[in-house]
Amino acid sequence: MRFVDEFRDAEQARALAARIAARCEPGRTYKFMEVCGGHTHTIYQHGLEDYLPEQVELVHGPGCPVCVIPMGRVDDAIAIAQRPEVILTSFGDMMRVPGGDGSFLDAKAAGADIRMVYSPLDALKIARQHPDRQVVFMAIGFETTAPSTAVTVLRAKAEGLTNFSVFCNHVTILPAIKAILDSPDQRLDGFLGPGHVSTVIGCEPYRFIAEQYGKPLVVAGFEPLDILHSIDMLLAQLAEGRCEIENQYSRVVPWDGNPTALKVLGDVLELRPFFEWRGLGFISHSALRLTEAYADFDAERRFDVPGVRVADPQSCQCGEVLKGVLKPWECKVFGTACTPETPIGTCMVSPEGACAAYYNFGRFRRQRLLQVTAR
Amino acid sequence: MSGEVTIDGPVTEAGAKAVAGVSEQAVMERVARARRARARVREERLTMAHGAGGKATQSLVEAVFLEAFHNPQLAALDDAAALTVAGTRLAFTTDSYVVSPLFFPGGDIGELAVNGTVNDLAVSGARPLFLSAGFILEEGFGVADLTRIVTSMAAAAKAADVRIVAGDTKVVQRGQADGCYITTAGVGLRDRAHDLGVDRARPGDVVLVSGPVGDHGMTVLIARGDLDLQVDLRSDTASLHGATAALLDACGAGVRAMRDATRGGVATVLNEIARAAEVGIVVDEEAVPVRPGVRGAAELLGIDPLYVACEGRFVAVVAPDAADAALAALRGHPLGEQAAVIGRVDDDPAHLVLLRTRFGGTRIMDLLVGDPLPRIC
Amino acid sequence: MCLGIPGEVVEIMTDRPDLAQVDVSGVRRAINIGLFEPGEINEGDWVLIHVGFALSKIDEAEATAAMDFLKSLGDAYADELTALRSSTID
Repeated sequence: MRFVDEFRDAEQARALAARIAARCEPGRTYKFMEVCGGHTHTIYQHGLEDYLPEQVELVHGPGCPVCVIPMGRVDDAIAIAQRPEVILTSFGDMMRVPGGDGSFLDAKAAGADIRMVYSPLDALKIARQHPDRQVVFMAIGFETTAPSTAVTVLRAKAEGLTNFSVFCNHVTILPAIKAILDSPDQRLDGFLGPGHVSTVIGCEPYRFIAEQYGKPLVVAGFEPLDILHSIDMLLAQLAEGRCEIENQYSRVVPWDGNPTALKVLGDVLELRPFFEWRGLGFISHSALRLTEAYADFDAERRFDVPGVRVADPQSCQCGEVLKGVLKPWECKVFGTACTPETPIGTCMVSPEGACAAYYNFGRFRRQRLLQVTAR
Repeated sequence: MSGEVTIDGPVTEAGAKAVAGVSEQAVMERVARARRARARVREERLTMAHGAGGKATQSLVEAVFLEAFHNPQLAALDDAAALTVAGTRLAFTTDSYVVSPLFFPGGDIGELAVNGTVNDLAVSGARPLFLSAGFILEEGFGVADLTRIVTSMAAAAKAADVRIVAGDTKVVQRGQADGCYITTAGVGLRDRAHDLGVDRARPGDVVLVSGPVGDHGMTVLIARGDLDLQVDLRSDTASLHGATAALLDACGAGVRAMRDATRGGVATVLNEIARAAEVGIVVDEEAVPVRPGVRGAAELLGIDPLYVACEGRFVAVVAPDAADAALAALRGHPLGEQAAVIGRVDDDPAHLVLLRTRFGGTRIMDLLVGDPLPRIC
Repeated sequence: MCLGIPGEVVEIMTDRPDLAQVDVSGVRRAINIGLFEPGEINEGDWVLIHVGFALSKIDEAEATAAMDFLKSLGDAYADELTALRSSTID
């Protein structure tokens, strides 16, 4: 596969790994946060940590849009789905996220019409096919996905559809990064920046991280070589005393982002005054909703949603994991009460969640490493 | 998009380090124990995950069915039950087919229903002989469609050299059965000297697959038409008896176990073996044959071909000194032309399947959670 | 969720200029190119596909530069290894 396979070359990975090792100052440890859930997934899927020296530690960040959805919002969506006229459409990753009283999958088993889609356009198609039903699209994702929702709403308007609406849970990445930077527990040396979000917002918005917080950020692609290369670039910056925003993923990310996408976003969606993030609490200006001009397509205005805030279960430590303060295995309920089949929190449900990634992929490698060092 | 950012939420170190004093090693052991704990079904209602062939299915089978029916033949949880009746060694199995759509490139529900049951007998080392077929049909279903399905079944039975000797038909109200559901049961003769069983895998054994994986599941998913993907794929549904017989003829007792890789794909089969035999299995990602179209569609959809159903492929675990003969035997058969060695059995880590990525890293390949591909077979 | 796959544009739909047919490893699918101005995406271009939309045009020059850089690392590394293996210290 072009533009994919070339960035998975093992020989080049070993070369990069050697460079990374050579750049590490003896006795110094480095802690880099990879913000994006997609990075977490790649790192574990390809066993990338095997290529990194012990000195380099990768910390998983809150860039998993499924992981940050609070239980109350899941309940709201289910409340909408339980209406007999509604078909709720959602990406697959949301299907097993636990709400206060079960997930979408459980609600579906109890009779709600909830269908998995791969694109908001699929939801639009269902709306066209079922003029007698109300089709609601559960919109999740960062700035990567929000423009697609926006274009879909524009299409719905252009086609004069009256049975399509969006339950908007889009969130923006910068406030989450700022929350991490402001957290007193954090001692990060740099960031692997979210590659696909950056195709929309560009690289400039990250300047404050370097200029105000003094941390370098490299916008990173999602193939194994991209990630290793980005780590190499971060180490180079630190070694050379630089603190900049760099773009490793230049084949896909334009420095100025996608102006058309930003314009469409600005027309259809606007920042909410505040929004609750699972584990991080309320963050102002961090999430999107439909503008007044597109109010007709806003599911929150079309339907009464309970809007109840549901506290996370006592045992859930997703917040600390999302901030990178706790490793997945350090959570009290990791792997015992909270597993991929019986998830308590979102970090275990989403395929990009740190806990799911660690449980599914990383667990064994760490186990081997521990056994080896124990001998 | 920028604005004033303020946060309010738990940010304390104390709250975070609640597990101070517990080492990572201890947590691993706790997790391993939890995984071996008795199966329970916590849900009150079944979800689609219970039908996916992964963890939820496994829990359901153990906690509900095995619990009620418990007997040693069932407890083996092999693809077919090994029975001895008045001195005659038989294999007996059953399967239901709820595939949607009913007709797809490369086959239809009827062909699946015959081949699927034939294959469960074949991979158990038995010679498939007789099938029964039960039909649940929806009011309003076309007779022409039914005839088409049944004609397919006749052709598949002939190709597999089995006879359909018993059957049943029920018609249910419009809105139920989604057109047509079929259940087949099959009986075969275990006429070879040695027995097969997934619990017989042992460290050092070699794991083979008979051909490219994921064809069936991907074909059906695309045939549903919801995804707007166009790719030239066909279901791989086929009777495997010729291939399994060729393998057994060549290697005899060197074949420890065979499993057809249906719902949940090759990854699920390997997990079942690892669990039953209490061994570890290491798979070489690059060695697993996947057609380019399957790989492309899987990448687009974010699905791993190793978890996608096949209907004409099987996994074989063979003794190390039989591996060369096994590969040659499979490759000599039309259905096994692209057979490959994909991994080996290890004693450690027990119960786990590991994947050595084409990248050189290692990761765990666990049982499926949830149901990415519903109603595939 | 961050899933983005590169695909080659094989056809712009004449009746629906906001749609294009892409090819990913032999699989074809229609995607929406509404996040680009008319004329920005053409047949033969490679795009990053995310949830049924083209999100970005792949800059082939940058891609080649990136691959060349990585390959040079790989070559340098391989050369180093070869040199290491063939050198002796008396």
